[in-house]
Amino acid sequence: MTLILKNIAKTFPGGTRALLPTSLEIAGGEIVSLLGPSGCGKTTLLRIIAGLQTPDPGAEIRFDGEDVAALPVEKRKVGMVFQSYALFPNMPVRGNIGYGLKMQRLPKAEIAARVDEVIALCRLEAYADRPIGALSGGQRQRVALARAFAPRPRILLLDEPLSALDAALRTELRGELAALLRQFGITAIFVTHDQDEAMAIADRVAVMSHGRVAQIGTPEALYRKPETAFVARFVGNAMPLGGRIGKDRLYLPGGVLALAAPADGKQAFVRAEDVRIDPEGPLTARVETVTFLGTHYRIVLSGITKDPLHALHSGLSAPKTGETVKVSIAPEAILTLSAEDEKAA
Amino acid sequence: MLRSPAKLLQLFVTLVTCAFLFVPTLQSVLAGVTANYFRGLSSGLTLKWITEVWELYADSIFLSVWLALACLAVTLVIGVPAAYGLARNPGRVSRILEEFISLPLAIPGLALALALLQLYGSFKGFRASPAFILTGHVLYTLPFMVRSVLSVLMAMDLKTLEEGAATLGAGPVRRFIDIVVPNAMPGILAGALTVVTLSIGEFNLTWMLHTPLTKTLPVGLADSYASMRLEIASAYTLVFFLMIVPLLMAMQWASARASAKASKAAQ
Repeated sequence: MTLILKNIAKTFPGGTRALLPTSLEIAGGEIVSLLGPSGCGKTTLLRIIAGLQTPDPGAEIRFDGEDVAALPVEKRKVGMVFQSYALFPNMPVRGNIGYGLKMQRLPKAEIAARVDEVIALCRLEAYADRPIGALSGGQRQRVALARAFAPRPRILLLDEPLSALDAALRTELRGELAALLRQFGITAIFVTHDQDEAMAIADRVAVMSHGRVAQIGTPEALYRKPETAFVARFVGNAMPLGGRIGKDRLYLPGGVLALAAPADGKQAFVRAEDVRIDPEGPLTARVETVTFLGTHYRIVLSGITKDPLHALHSGLSAPKTGETVKVSIAPEAILTLSAEDEKAA
Repeated sequence: MLRSPAKLLQLFVTLVTCAFLFVPTLQSVLAGVTANYFRGLSSGLTLKWITEVWELYADSIFLSVWLALACLAVTLVIGVPAAYGLARNPGRVSRILEEFISLPLAIPGLALALALLQLYGSFKGFRASPAFILTGHVLYTLPFMVRSVLSVLMAMDLKTLEEGAATLGAGPVRRFIDIVVPNAMPGILAGALTVVTLSIGEFNLTWMLHTPLTKTLPVGLADSYASMRLEIASAYTLVFFLMIVPLLMAMQWASARASAKASKAAQ
């Protein structure tokens, strides 16, 4: 199902603008993530699509061309996975998964067959008759997904589906969730504040800040070509290189860097993996701390720019704390962005 | 274990307290089954008095049971949706409403009865019917139902559960039936047992509201104490005990279950 959103805005009573007019188009079968810090309006947008919140007048929500903005949530045929899962404690796993089908008044035999199908798909066979209270967090998450998917919704909406789990399990289930969503072949939107999660699961990521979509694109595009300072900071933790830009040169306290193109009036950013310890480098820095992380070292460098700069250093040895080192940053690794969105960071 | 004097003293105090409570009860029960109380147990044991109580007061007993069940039905129909409404719309208005519903608990039953008499006393048909007493019982027991259901509902994330059901295609009525009521069941059960127990045992209000034709179990009890021989009054107490004690025990069990469920849901 294709989803077209036009002019979706939400003003809360009291005047807080949770969501500024937003338009978005999502192709059938596409998995899109709404990524942003808390309070950026991502959950509000998701709840408006579901029908759990009413947008400001003038909004258009089209499911395959049909405007559903006036339909109540129970008539929209959306599947939703809640952050807390919202599983019904008064029904066993099977009852939860079959509830949506029961609401569609399907014959009992068909409900049973389809519940079995979804249970097999989500590998829940062993838990089918257990009460919800007897399930682990990861199992609940899968039941919530199965329940949302079983009635064959037009779109699957997931609100921070992994955030209730502990870190290790979250990483493990991320891959599982991505695989299941692809297997379902369903249009899906999921909300998260975790950029790794968004990147791992989504085809496209919409980065949101302060009630609007700052940029939407594939994970690669967002990472390599962020359009605003906020996106650069939020996706991949780009660090500002505070200095003076003169044509294609960046003048920093710790030295001068070449830029790939003239960038007057813009702001420069760099990511830790592009900051290299290099005896030939044009920058001079002092090593503040060195942390060994197995595959690489994280080195905090001072003196290059106002704030300390992080560098990811791979190699068999690293400079010592207190040493003075030379540093290089390749011209194409420097992101030059207009600073207009800076306050949002 | 019993060697220390402190322990012995504890045991002694406990036993004396128990005796203080149980001996009169036991004596009353015995009086109800003794052929002639003034001659003592030597006159023999009999069920005659209980039969007599049944013959004299069966109507009161049936009326009380009927009133308790009707009261339960009314408090269920009003109380469960009311608790649901309060739980779904937390806020100052809800708090005030909740206090308002609870007001009859703070007002003496006699005052409540007087107010009812002043207001509805002139409606002859209503005044003389058991429905008049039912009104009083509902006013008095409703807060117990509302609070019991409300505490269970407040302990769970009702809003999100309902939203979950709504996204699966359930309208408001279905959500109430499929999600709200089953999950509130421990609270409903505890509330129901409280309502039935209170209604059967209610005296203050009922004594003011009753007519000679609408005498309930406790009013009949007072009547038998005042005008019957001691054996009949005691036999009556025995009958009352047999009716109320199982209810009390069930109530204990249900409210323990409700609070266990609520604390589990809150985790």
